[in-house]
Amino acid sequence: MAQQLTAKEPTAEQIAEQKIYSQFGVSDYEYELICGFLGRQPNYTEIGVFSVMWSEHCSYKNSKPILKKFPITGPRVLMGPGEGAGIVDIGDNQAVVFKIESHNHPSAVEPFQGAATGVGGIIRDIFSMGARPIALLNSLRFGRLENERVKYLFEHVVSGIAGYGNCIGIPTVAGEVMFDESYEGNPLVNAMCVGLIDHDKIQRGVAKGVGNPVFYVGPATGRDGIHGATFASVELSEESEEKRTAVQVGDPFMEKLVMEATLELIDSGIVLGIQDMGAAGLTCSSAEMASKAGNGLELYLDEVPQRETGMTPYEMMLSESQERMLFVVEPQHEAQAKEIFDRWGIICAKVGKVTDDGRLRLFHQGQEVADMPVKALVDECPVYDKPSQEPAYFSENAAVDTAAYDEVTDLTGALEKVLASPTVASKEWVYNQYDYMVRTSTAVQPGSDAAVVTIRGTRKALAMTTDCNGRYVYLDPEVGGRIAVAEAARNIVCSGAEPLAVTDNLNFGNPEKPEVFWQLEKSADGMSEACVILNTPVIGGNVSLYNENAKGAIYPTPVIGMVGLVHDIDHITTQGFKAEGDVIILVGETKAELGGSELQYVLQGAAAGRPPEIDLATEKKVLDAVLGAIQKGLVASAHDLSEGGIAVAVAESCISGRLGAEVALTSDLRADHLLFSESQSRILLSAKPEQAAALQTWLTEQGVVHAQIGNVKGSSLTISVNGKAGIQAPVQQLEKVWKDAIPCLMK
Amino acid sequence: MKFAVLVFPGSNCDIDCYKAVEDTIGQSVDYVWHTATDLSAYDAILVPGGFSYGDYLRCGAIAQFAAVMSEVQKAAEAGKYILGICNGFQILTEAGLLPGALIRNNGLKFVCQQEQLEVVNSSTAFTNQYSQGEMINIPIAHGEGNYYCDDATLAELKANNQIVFRYAGDTNPNGSVENIAGISNKAGNVVGMMPHPERAIDQLLGSEDGKRMFTSILNAWREQHGAAVNG
Repeated sequence: MAQQLTAKEPTAEQIAEQKIYSQFGVSDYEYELICGFLGRQPNYTEIGVFSVMWSEHCSYKNSKPILKKFPITGPRVLMGPGEGAGIVDIGDNQAVVFKIESHNHPSAVEPFQGAATGVGGIIRDIFSMGARPIALLNSLRFGRLENERVKYLFEHVVSGIAGYGNCIGIPTVAGEVMFDESYEGNPLVNAMCVGLIDHDKIQRGVAKGVGNPVFYVGPATGRDGIHGATFASVELSEESEEKRTAVQVGDPFMEKLVMEATLELIDSGIVLGIQDMGAAGLTCSSAEMASKAGNGLELYLDEVPQRETGMTPYEMMLSESQERMLFVVEPQHEAQAKEIFDRWGIICAKVGKVTDDGRLRLFHQGQEVADMPVKALVDECPVYDKPSQEPAYFSENAAVDTAAYDEVTDLTGALEKVLASPTVASKEWVYNQYDYMVRTSTAVQPGSDAAVVTIRGTRKALAMTTDCNGRYVYLDPEVGGRIAVAEAARNIVCSGAEPLAVTDNLNFGNPEKPEVFWQLEKSADGMSEACVILNTPVIGGNVSLYNENAKGAIYPTPVIGMVGLVHDIDHITTQGFKAEGDVIILVGETKAELGGSELQYVLQGAAAGRPPEIDLATEKKVLDAVLGAIQKGLVASAHDLSEGGIAVAVAESCISGRLGAEVALTSDLRADHLLFSESQSRILLSAKPEQAAALQTWLTEQGVVHAQIGNVKGSSLTISVNGKAGIQAPVQQLEKVWKDAIPCLMK
Repeated sequence: MKFAVLVFPGSNCDIDCYKAVEDTIGQSVDYVWHTATDLSAYDAILVPGGFSYGDYLRCGAIAQFAAVMSEVQKAAEAGKYILGICNGFQILTEAGLLPGALIRNNGLKFVCQQEQLEVVNSSTAFTNQYSQGEMINIPIAHGEGNYYCDDATLAELKANNQIVFRYAGDTNPNGSVENIAGISNKAGNVVGMMPHPERAIDQLLGSEDGKRMFTSILNAWREQHGAAVNG
């Protein structure tokens, strides 16, 4: 029977009497359930293990009812949610593996290591499936960049991402960064990794074969990151600074070696099951591997490599030391596995064996120190259907008439203000710190709608992007959820790819507040609807709740990571205008939709009103028509209209192409509404003059609204509205405003 | 002709260098592990970029003690072609095969971008397919690429025509002395450079100006070995 080893640790009785479990986020009700599953009171190690397995981060106890809403199947889906990452078929026996994950709380208190280990963790999720990681992306949110603390967080998060990705040699090819005060004190750091795999190499995290040995590989275990998963499942507070010890420390060099050795091991064909040690470390990986195989597991903790002396079972089980993996092989393959890790200079220790009793049993210094049913740990955490309530702000906001704002008459000035807004401004300051070229496959570099990475030995390529406008989601979670998916798909299509599937990262506030749960529920409804109509199932993702601090919750931010397939590298399309004289065509309809817009944020300081409407059937039609046109070779450039509307999209196409444009718009709308509205389902195309007619005929045949609005011309951007001068500025001047904005603020 | 691409723990441009040799000149190429003790089979040795040994202590400082490095030393003395790119350049300076040192970029940040380079010496085995003074586009990606040497060394580099590449005009991205992007040893058979020619061999990826570094090496080897040898 389980015994207490260390005098310092409270006894099972003390845990019960003093309710010590509540410090680990375990409720009285959950504690009673745990006692029931064990048939006795848990000791300190056991309550520690249960508390992390039953944390929101590992159990999804608050978000499961939400996650059920998502469509997760499709003809191309080879593996949906549940394993380390989802997998989608791309033909020729190849598949793409991808997943997004958050490291918000760690990054709020220790931005460099928080962001770095976020990247390290998501890379392990990909290569533990057997895939070769080929690209990294990220989605970041910060407060206003004028704030000193925000600058510190931004600077160190970016260098943490760079430090890890650059060293391990996986290019960081795309991402998005938005700034809004709602994220002040609670930045969002979501990292996504994309890998390639052959169908026959796909691995699962299962502890198969009773009696088989279980191996630990990677650096020794220390006391870092203890209770990281629990920390991620509470609101941030003044005391969060004290939780810096719950933040892990990354070593990308070690991960590079573990990755190469692991891929070599998988390639050898002897692995029965493998899983990385991410959140909740040894606890979660061992329990989940046993659970998926329907088996039990014994761990001999004296065999766990340790880099600190006197570590207790509790500390070893809860440590989130980085770059570690757990795998199972048959006994006769032990020497072969060890030889591979030896060659890479990596520790490989036999720490346990697969059993048939369905229990996770831990041994330390000759005694059994914990004995828990695997099923209770993994599957029996109670699921909560939280109360949901429409927040008061919703109808208050909806009543704001954004059309009633004073008319902006200096339209060039307004464009420059929006271009200089850090959310819209060039992110060169960020991505120049990332090695986006290593592996020599990056065909479309950061700064376009989506990045494109070629697949060596084929004519195919993968397009990838991350997207979410939290302001829209705040103003209407359901509409904002739809838009997040649609915009990601639009980015993918603009780069010449067919959207394949989605990984999502649900970043929300405290779900125990009915208003937050309502946001979660409604945005999931919107996302699900869009995923169904746009044929992009959700193949995995992550939930990050409790993104709140004393000032309140963040804007609800369900980040969409999307991957698309470029069928032939000739289809690769970028946003920059290509040649003087090319015809500019606007696809889609513009309405006066300023709610949640960048212009509103720049001029009014906050989001209010209704977000843009979106009709998903129209969106689908636009996407199919534009992708078809690209595949027919009719399109020279394509750019999604998003923050800043037509004005910003045309300016960006000019800046990227280092060419000017002469645009004449006609409309019933007010000029400032027309230029800066963020109406959805719009794409800016350009075409060679000799192909413009064919392109327009095609768009008409596809039933898509479109208009020829001007030509690529000279070195200035001029946009007139109903024959009146609107915007006029040299492209160089706009480029300077757009490029200097972030570097100036960061000086 | 036979190429070796060295692999240290933490090398991450080894695959790119290997592919570049295959794609540009189609010559035979092997990955050679850091523990190798015989490089006599190879005509050219590429020391790739990355973060050998995690760049711990100092970039290239630990790699210089790897077993393979004494073989690289011998190969250099034997007049074989040795090209160090990025971390490979750092390793070659740490190993004393090239003068000077690479220190932290003056902007204190990692920089990844296309750079325009001036070919300062087109008579080396690595640059004979460029014209003197030609401007070429080759990307950089480094945090410690700020080339530094003392005045005496700089005078010597100039006197011996050892400066191979400079960052063009006023685009110096890292604070290097006299905009130096790449140098050779006195004999000219060892070159180190921070920019990545192996990343500039396909217009789809931004530039193909790096191709001619590889064709230069093949060309030099063929001249050295006479027309009778077929690479």
